Amino acid sequence: MTSIPLYFRIPILIISLLLIWQGIYQFFGIPPYLLPSPISVFIAFKDNQALLWNAAFITFNETILGLILGCALGMALALLMSLIPFVRQWLMPIILISQSIPTFALAPLLVLWFGFGMNSKIVMAMIMIFFPVTSAFFDGLNRTPLGWIELGKTMNASPLRQLLFIRIPAALPAFASGLRIAAAIAPIGAVIGEWVGASSGLGFLMQNANSRFQTDLMFAALFLLSIMTICLWGTVTFSTKKLIPWAEDTQTF
Amino acid sequence: MSTAPTIYISNLRLDYKNKPVFSELNTSFTGGMFNILLGTSGVGKSSLLKMIAGLLPITQGEITSDHSEALSSQISYMAQQDLLMPWTTILQNVMIGSKLRKEKKEKTRALHILKQVGLDGAANQFPFQLSGGMRQRAALARTLYENRPVILMDEPFSALDSVTRSKMQEYTADLLKGKTVILITHDPFEACRLGENIQVLAGNPVQIYDIPPIEGTIPRHPEALNLQQAQAHLLNLLIEKNILQ
Repeated sequence: MTSIPLYFRIPILIISLLLIWQGIYQFFGIPPYLLPSPISVFIAFKDNQALLWNAAFITFNETILGLILGCALGMALALLMSLIPFVRQWLMPIILISQSIPTFALAPLLVLWFGFGMNSKIVMAMIMIFFPVTSAFFDGLNRTPLGWIELGKTMNASPLRQLLFIRIPAALPAFASGLRIAAAIAPIGAVIGEWVGASSGLGFLMQNANSRFQTDLMFAALFLLSIMTICLWGTVTFSTKKLIPWAEDTQTF
Repeated sequence: MSTAPTIYISNLRLDYKNKPVFSELNTSFTGGMFNILLGTSGVGKSSLLKMIAGLLPITQGEITSDHSEALSSQISYMAQQDLLMPWTTILQNVMIGSKLRKEKKEKTRALHILKQVGLDGAANQFPFQLSGGMRQRAALARTLYENRPVILMDEPFSALDSVTRSKMQEYTADLLKGKTVILITHDPFEACRLGENIQVLAGNPVQIYDIPPIEGTIPRHPEALNLQQAQAHLLNLLIEKNILQ
């Protein structure tokens, strides 16, 4: 059976979910402060457009900066661990411990250390995404096909040039896998940071709406966050497919 | 006299998982000739080639050549897989050695070699856009670009279909003429077609068996009577001496 393309599947999925949602809302007569109808969410979205787009822009900036810096950190750590066994032995347990701490528990500390502004949210996104990037890129660097390494050796290549021109390019498909995961979870990091302590952004908006029982506005913010995440993931997936066309596993969904 | 060196193997030992695969192995691969090494799987042919290439450490014995230059700088290696780097074009793949050694790339020479192997139209294509036979020709072009006197080939055509393999054998025999080639193969037909000096690595304990020379210049034509006779003779010899058991 031919699979339906992603750009058709997503609208079909969204429309189906909205219909189910509207059906549940009407059938069970749920109060709007518990579960608003999709129509009231749409009205809330329309009435608060400026507020929502402004908040989304801030969250988007935090996410992108967190993604860039988190990727840079992840790549640097993976390279260091791959090149220096001593670093790998001492750094790996620290990285694993950092991932065992719930991000929500870290968020207040980060706000305390980096302030209510963008910095704490960027750091939060970085902490969330550096692990999948480090892990995937490190794996890629360590799984360079032996044949390429041997070819490099018979061509009298120095270890540094083998790294630059064989091992790093060979690890790019694995890095792309890590990057796709990172793109999907980076907005969560930024929103958690905003939720705990911020004066702007989608997380801040959601928390405010939640405390005022403006559930429809909260859902509108969530909807915008989902769209942002899908667009970011789609852009990363499309770019990696174009830039790394030889990667066999780029068709993930 | 040929400038390609003869390679000498003296008292060589190979261990695998602390057990000897072969020991006290002595042979030589004649300079400027196509040396074919036949043998069954697991007998240590590829490991021997890797030891010559300096990719495996030598625990006992030695590998020398009759040239004063270090053996590692005289060798070019071609494996069963084409080992083309998928992230770069065929032309860049051919010149990868220069890039890896931080040397100036010789683009004109690389393009000339690609023309020799019939890939001049594919210079700017990526490996995944080529067929298996074309990729192996690109690997041969990369080997030629290295311009080394010793060529080690580990079953380079075994993954190809019979027609493409036959063409590759012809390209190889023509383009590597005058170099010391050590080619590993499972295929007695390939050995007879390309071999100027055929040896078999087999037996228990593993040792080298020399096969009497076959008449005619390489690549011997598949329809030539002497090739068929030689192949039959070679197979008979292998069976009679129980070499491939």
